[in-house]
Amino acid sequence: MELSGILFYLISFLIMGGIYSVICLALNMQWGFGGLFNAGIAGFYAVGAYSAAIITSANTPNHVGGFDLPIVVGLVVAGTLSGIVGWAIARICVRLKADYLAMASIGIAEIIRLAVINEEWLTNGSLGVSRIPRPLEEFFTGRESEMVFFVFVWIIVAITFWVAHRLYKSPWGRVMRAIRDNEAAAESVGKDVQSFRTQSFVIGAIFMGVAGALSAHYFKFFSPDATEPLLITFLAWVMLIAGGSGNNKGAVAGALIIWAIWSMTEIITQQLPPDWATRSSYIRMLLIGLFLQFVLQRFRAGLFPEKAPKLNVKSHG
Amino acid sequence: MMDFINFYLVPGITLGAIYALGAVGVSMIFGILRFAHFAHGDLMTVGAYFGLSAVWLLGIPALAAIPIAVALTCLVALFADRAFYKPLRQLPTIYTVIASFGVALIFRSVVQLVWGTESQVYSVGFQKPIVLFDSLRIATRHIQIILATAAITLGLHWFLHHTQMGKTMRAVSDDPALASVAGLDPEKTIRWTWIIGAGLAAIAGVFVGLDTDVHTMMGWNLLLPMFAAALLGGIGKPLGAIAGGLIIGIAEEICTYPFFGESLISPSYKSAIAFVIMLLILIFRPRGLFKGRLL
Amino acid sequence: MSYKILDVQNLTAGYGKLPIIEDMHAKVDDGQIVVIVGPNGAGKSTLLKSIFGLNKRMSGDIVFESRSIFDAKTSELVPMGISAVPQSHNVFPTLTVEENLDVGTFAAPPKDKAATKAKILTLFPDLKDKLRQQAGELSGGQRQMVAVGRALMSDPHLILLDEPTAGLSPAYLEVIFDLLLQVRDSGVSILMVEQNAKQALRIADYAYVLVNGKNAYEGTGAELLKNDEVRKSFLGGGAPK
Ligand SMILES: Nc1ncnc2c1ncn2[C@@H]1O[C@H](COP(=O)(O)OP(=O)(O)O)[C@@H](O)[C@H]1O
Ligand SMILES: [Mg+2]
Repeated sequence: MELSGILFYLISFLIMGGIYSVICLALNMQWGFGGLFNAGIAGFYAVGAYSAAIITSANTPNHVGGFDLPIVVGLVVAGTLSGIVGWAIARICVRLKADYLAMASIGIAEIIRLAVINEEWLTNGSLGVSRIPRPLEEFFTGRESEMVFFVFVWIIVAITFWVAHRLYKSPWGRVMRAIRDNEAAAESVGKDVQSFRTQSFVIGAIFMGVAGALSAHYFKFFSPDATEPLLITFLAWVMLIAGGSGNNKGAVAGALIIWAIWSMTEIITQQLPPDWATRSSYIRMLLIGLFLQFVLQRFRAGLFPEKAPKLNVKSHG
Repeated sequence: MMDFINFYLVPGITLGAIYALGAVGVSMIFGILRFAHFAHGDLMTVGAYFGLSAVWLLGIPALAAIPIAVALTCLVALFADRAFYKPLRQLPTIYTVIASFGVALIFRSVVQLVWGTESQVYSVGFQKPIVLFDSLRIATRHIQIILATAAITLGLHWFLHHTQMGKTMRAVSDDPALASVAGLDPEKTIRWTWIIGAGLAAIAGVFVGLDTDVHTMMGWNLLLPMFAAALLGGIGKPLGAIAGGLIIGIAEEICTYPFFGESLISPSYKSAIAFVIMLLILIFRPRGLFKGRLL
Repeated sequence: MSYKILDVQNLTAGYGKLPIIEDMHAKVDDGQIVVIVGPNGAGKSTLLKSIFGLNKRMSGDIVFESRSIFDAKTSELVPMGISAVPQSHNVFPTLTVEENLDVGTFAAPPKDKAATKAKILTLFPDLKDKLRQQAGELSGGQRQMVAVGRALMSDPHLILLDEPTAGLSPAYLEVIFDLLLQVRDSGVSILMVEQNAKQALRIADYAYVLVNGKNAYEGTGAELLKNDEVRKSFLGGGAPK
């Protein structure tokens, strides 16, 4: 492969890596700071992607929307709607143990998936929304447009990182982390802590929506297939834990490294004989499932462990 | 009226029975191991496919394949506990939740690798429904599923209230710290929890295949109603979970009945019912209908 | 002299790396009620938990019926003949009273379960007509009876009680202490932590005062009740009645 081809591949790798970084940073706000287990990341991502797609795409007879509005407006709407969904679910669940939020978030993702498939007037059903613009498309095409998008994505990553960092450093962030790993304390938390948890969940949800919007713009097309929980929710969890939950640098590093591994396994499995190629996606799933177990058992602190407080062993008594 | 019973109520009870059997395990695992088991739906899938292999290889009917499916699924669950959950036992349970999320994926991808992704049926051909009172037409498979679930419910009740292990399980679910003060063996209790949870999940999986077909996403798709049923019944209340499963199954089918000329909700949103019930329970009665634990 | 059923020697124990009790000793002779008193946070519960294998024993030794149980796990201690009743949450709330008693037999089945149960119900006649009620619905005093009853169901030689009268009305307190004397007289030795020190010392055959994780005073119940310093610091002053 010639040099520019490699560069081009690197750029597209970094675009997806950037989108995953946003998801991981958002997940870190929820889990790393607040101990809130979100098993429905794909749902928030879908809300964001469809909002952005409908707001910014050109007019079409196929579904509502095609408002042809600026991309920034799309991002804001994507984040807002996703945040509202997050707020509703957090309001109900933050006072309960993390498992309840996990179950409810699976439900949210499921409902959103149903709505996306069934409400054809809104989303064009399984055919998906097409002709979604990329930023500055009218000035750049082809590889240049890819370069522009790469810059765009990483600006958003930087913003997300900054927000996550501010949250982490805030006095509340410290309180949250202190109680996160102590179930007894977490159970007896007062109203204030609940409202902070709600906040971190909502802010996380907003950025998950933004990440969805980014991917809609990148692919210029968005259909229900792209909200496959495996590719969004599951990978994001593996990324965050491998990178180091509670640590924002770890979230980004985890996103890039796991995305690199994931992409490489794709390249490898493409070389397999055709008989095996069909099975390769299941093998990749199996491996990533096993990899998560490995990380949980042997490598829980991640590449960039959070400094303090540590992930304590549950205290007895 | 007869249409309502034949096409909505009886299928609703059947569906509810399947949810119920799955929800028992979810509820018990939640009560005793204290975590939401995200791989329970896929454990059901595993059971259904073991049943399928037994039917194919031995040429036996699906019902006869149940003991084989149950035994193998129990082994799988015990293995998964040993390999993936036990190492995390001393950590906050949310880590085990995350692990189970991954185990769900492991189960599913192994099923896809071994059996492929096409949906399969246990037996082809049309079974004539049994006609009672002239117009009550019930499919044989529905009768089988409903009766078997009723028998299992009775058996489970007996087990929980009249055997040492049953009482031990309820005690551990009530207060694990006190249970260890009383010298009860937590690991043995956990093993039995998996055996019962996985056994019933396998039965439910085979019932799904008996009722419709088996495919690799079936269990994952059933997870939400199973969680909702377990919460509705109250965590750590296996019999409550059975009631919860039945309520949700019946509600899902009945909501699509055209009471006023049009169904209450579009059939494509059936699975939203479970979610709505789950949210209502979490908002208004987090301990469920039968005063379960609040974790 | 009767023989030593429990002998705690130079015990240091605590949670994680942190020792709470240091270099403690205590012993229980066969057929005695031994009481441990001391201010809140002194480490009284910690001592009982260490004996029962529920937290980390660091150094020293614990000898039960001439065998060291320093390394024994809780599940091994119950069959050896020790039971314990924790300070709070000491019944299974959704199990019936009868089931609570049954649970006491699971780890160490008594020789004759029916006889043991009958004996316990003679001790605690209040429970007789409550057997089918859920333990969580009972009054505080009755719950304590269920808890002690559950511990006695394995026919133990020694029971460890952590504040059996916590939260009970003064009238009930006498009832419980009376019952404990009967339990002792039925041949079960008792090591008990108590907040109601004065009353507890009155029924104690021997007692230890524990302060800041260390032994401070010890003697027979009567001796400690007479000891001026003990009275001033731990019994709210005043002359012995
Ligand atoms: N599970 C635990 N983990 C850590 N420290 C504990 C635990 N339980 C008690 N402690 C500490 O041990 C000390 C003694 O507690 P405890 O034995 O309960 O006192 P007492 O029963 O005499 O009131 C206290 O300072 C308490 O904070
Ligand atoms: Mg105490």
